[in-house]
Amino acid sequence: MNATFLPKIPIGHWADVFIQFITDHFDTFFGYIASGIQGFVDSLVWLFLFMTPVVFILICAGVAFWRRGWGVALFTLIGLILIYDLGYWQHAMQTFALVLTSVVLSIIIGLPLGILAGINRTFHRIVTPILDFMQTMPSFVYLIPAIFLFGTGMPPGVVATIVFAMPPTIRMTGLGIRQVPGDLIEASNAFGSTTWQKLVKVQIPLAAPTIMAGVNQSIMLSLSMVVVASLVGAPGLGADVYLAVTSLKTDIGVEAGLAIVIIAIMLDRMSQNTRGKKTGGA
Amino acid sequence: MKKIEVRQAIKIFGKNPRHGLELLEQGLTKKEIKEKTDLNVGVAEASFYVESGEIFVIMGLSGSGKSTLVRLLNRLIEPTSGSIFIDDQEITQMKAEELRQVRRKKISMVFQGFALFPHRTILDNTLFGLEIQGLDKREREKRALEALALVGLKGYEASYPSQLSGGMQQRVGLARALASDTDILLMDEAFSALDPLIRKEMQDQLLDLQDAMKKTIVFITHDLDEALRIGDRIALMKDGRIVQIGTPEEILMNPANDYVAHFVEDVDLSKVITAGNIMTHADAVTIDRGARVALKLMNDNGISSIFAVDRSQKLLGVVDADDAAQAIKTSTAIGEFVKKVQPVKVDTHLNDLFDDISKSSIPLAVVDDQGRLRGLVRRGAIIHALAGNTPLTKDKEVQHS
Repeated sequence: MNATFLPKIPIGHWADVFIQFITDHFDTFFGYIASGIQGFVDSLVWLFLFMTPVVFILICAGVAFWRRGWGVALFTLIGLILIYDLGYWQHAMQTFALVLTSVVLSIIIGLPLGILAGINRTFHRIVTPILDFMQTMPSFVYLIPAIFLFGTGMPPGVVATIVFAMPPTIRMTGLGIRQVPGDLIEASNAFGSTTWQKLVKVQIPLAAPTIMAGVNQSIMLSLSMVVVASLVGAPGLGADVYLAVTSLKTDIGVEAGLAIVIIAIMLDRMSQNTRGKKTGGA
Repeated sequence: MKKIEVRQAIKIFGKNPRHGLELLEQGLTKKEIKEKTDLNVGVAEASFYVESGEIFVIMGLSGSGKSTLVRLLNRLIEPTSGSIFIDDQEITQMKAEELRQVRRKKISMVFQGFALFPHRTILDNTLFGLEIQGLDKREREKRALEALALVGLKGYEASYPSQLSGGMQQRVGLARALASDTDILLMDEAFSALDPLIRKEMQDQLLDLQDAMKKTIVFITHDLDEALRIGDRIALMKDGRIVQIGTPEEILMNPANDYVAHFVEDVDLSKVITAGNIMTHADAVTIDRGARVALKLMNDNGISSIFAVDRSQKLLGVVDADDAAQAIKTSTAIGEFVKKVQPVKVDTHLNDLFDDISKSSIPLAVVDDQGRLRGLVRRGAIIHALAGNTPLTKDKEVQHS
């Protein structure tokens, strides 16, 4: 396999040893995280199913109407009814819970990191190549250590999804903060703001549209990970697609795929920037 | 009282500013340092003070370092060396918290591009400084509304900056700075982005506000007319250095070097020089001294008419020799013969004198705001001044027509 004069650098071996070391010594720690994620996703699924499809669909249509108006609300209504009609309701709820958990955790972790990258150049320089790595490394690769650390099922699926989906939130938050015009930062300083006041009263509100664009991208990337997550046993629509592919069942593949697309469009429209009503255009 | 004092302030931008300090000490210019290194001298050895209640204008072309200099005053830019005092406290030595307090309570700033927060209403923009200070909501809204009323923007509280014109936006910028009620106002090219008519309007408004409030204002501009119009004193900058500091008249009449001279050569003097600058001493007779005294004063000075004032030096009018003689002959009170004259104010500009002087056969009386006679302006003095020689010293020699 290796025909050069150079001795092979054992990167793979190192990664192996590293993961082995972590599994050996932090097993309990990752066990806690895994059960935490599992518990969170389970309660979300329970909540969604407890609501009954009617209530759930009405709530989603309501949010869609509040965020974007009639068109999106109508799409949400018809789309979700279709998913119910096709018989994928429970799996759809599992996928929904998976995506929601991943996105919420992405925001909780990504937002502070993004803000830090926005105000600190050094941190920005350190974090950028790491984000590049996270996004370009084929997402399947994350699954291997995820299984070692978190077992199978929902938790490794969520973790792999987060690793893949979080970078846009961090990047766009940092970008949004850095893009706040210099004279506004100056004005804020000139009136004696503390770093925190400047952040909360000026930088974050002005970066909000960009941050939301990042969150929107994170949501889309999370959805694109559902099939990959099913490889490690995460249940939901992804598992249906995976099954359809391995057993060559066109009908299931199309139906489950369509359900994912419906959820994707719905979440995308809901999380996109609304009219920018406050700044009045400009 | 010195409100702001700057001693040998230097700002050098670049990686190793200390090296730049050495080069500057060796006497290299901004241009030479830029060529030798990648350092950019923003401000070089600037020293000046600003009196309390004064409008101090820092003027220069773009790249002359004026915007850097004003930012050194509240340390938005850290000086490389030198010291800056606000109210005799050395701001350059302050810790972050102390500096914040100074920025909150003592210095506020108005920006060239207005720097209003697009996500806040006009009211919320105006009360920003007070919010930062932690004032309670009622108090800060009250003070912000007062400040908005002061700049004539009542009724726009709920609008957003993008809905206002440039002039109105800068009024908000001014109101935001005034709301904090600081003694010092830094105005960085505050009116430069506005079109000429609005700019003039804003200058007038600033001068009116200044009459009432007596702030200490440091005003940055690249516009000589603006500097001459509003400045009590002007500092002229070139390549990071202050070339000359003086009143508008001093700068125009005694330019420190060729650069300043060249800079001011196109100025319309008639818009800068005031009656007070060129007036000479006016003899006057106090009205209750009688006609004989008046006639004697005219004879002694070889003039044919004399201004009459009351006991508090208030100008009443003019009496000529014939009338005084008539009064003596008929033994009537001289008051009967006093003819009204249209006086001019001390701060009236020359271009507003032309009309009056051309219609008047006698010199113009110059009075202060209380109507007291301060001096007189002769036709010759105006022509003399327009020719570029101003009698800044008030000579005693008097020759009425």
